[in-house]
Amino acid sequence: MSRPSEKPDADRLLAGALGPATPELTCEQCFEELDRYVELEHGGTDADVAIPGMGAHLEGCPACAEDRRSLRALLESE
Amino acid sequence: MATPTEIPGAEPGARSRAELSRDLHGRLRGGGPGRDRAVAELHELLLRAARFELDRRLVALPHLRDDDREDLAQQSADDALLAVLRKLGEFRGESRFTTWAYKFALLEAGVKARRRAWQGHEIPLEDEAWATLASAGATLQGQAESRELIAALREEIESGLSPRQRQVLVAVALNGVPIDVLAERLGSNRGALYKTLHDARKKLRRGLAERGLDPDDHQGGGR
Repeated sequence: MSRPSEKPDADRLLAGALGPATPELTCEQCFEELDRYVELEHGGTDADVAIPGMGAHLEGCPACAEDRRSLRALLESE
Repeated sequence: MATPTEIPGAEPGARSRAELSRDLHGRLRGGGPGRDRAVAELHELLLRAARFELDRRLVALPHLRDDDREDLAQQSADDALLAVLRKLGEFRGESRFTTWAYKFALLEAGVKARRRAWQGHEIPLEDEAWATLASAGATLQGQAESRELIAALREEIESGLSPRQRQVLVAVALNGVPIDVLAERLGSNRGALYKTLHDARKKLRRGLAERGLDPDDHQGGGR
């Protein structure tokens, strides 16, 4: 049975293997801050300045990045 | 109780949503018959969020029947409701209460959707990762430094990581296995596996630096 994913290109492969170069939050800290981060983004504030390390974590963690996209989309649908 | 914030620059209507959110939080924190009604309202909100998330993931779940999807949404809302009520005292009022609560439903629905999408699928073997790396290297025609970086990366993954770090990095970063799916198969959780991935990445960066290679100079060089 084939798996439900696409093979990445060279850049995505390197980014995935090496992760962000800057300090990042943990998954637990990211979840803790997610609602505030997304509301700041939604309101046009620079959320990465307000919550240092969040952007780097979202760059390195596909699952948390998906959670962020989903919450953002849900707020935009209201 | 802290006051839920307005979203800066939000459109008209946001004010009333913030008030409704604050009112719901207050009734959940209070006792009496009003609390049961507030719990039911919260469940409705969480169910809406879970359905929203599962609808977004229809592409990854093409074979999921409508009643199965609704069942997953209900399970997600039920699990999220328990989590929200358990953590109610931890809400700091730095966002609207409903935004805070939504994230629990989205997390539950997202994890359940990813696990369902991978049901019956084997976790890819390391061999597939090496084929992926070779394939990526082959696309870098005329970019000797980038090809050298990819070759060095493979060597560092094979020789510089612990077996557990290699297992997690290869599955998540190279073979595209969702971290929640891998966590379920390994009896772990997202946070613990991400810590393993984070440590593995640091080792790889250090190993490449010792070879005089700077991966951040190469990002974007493959396009």
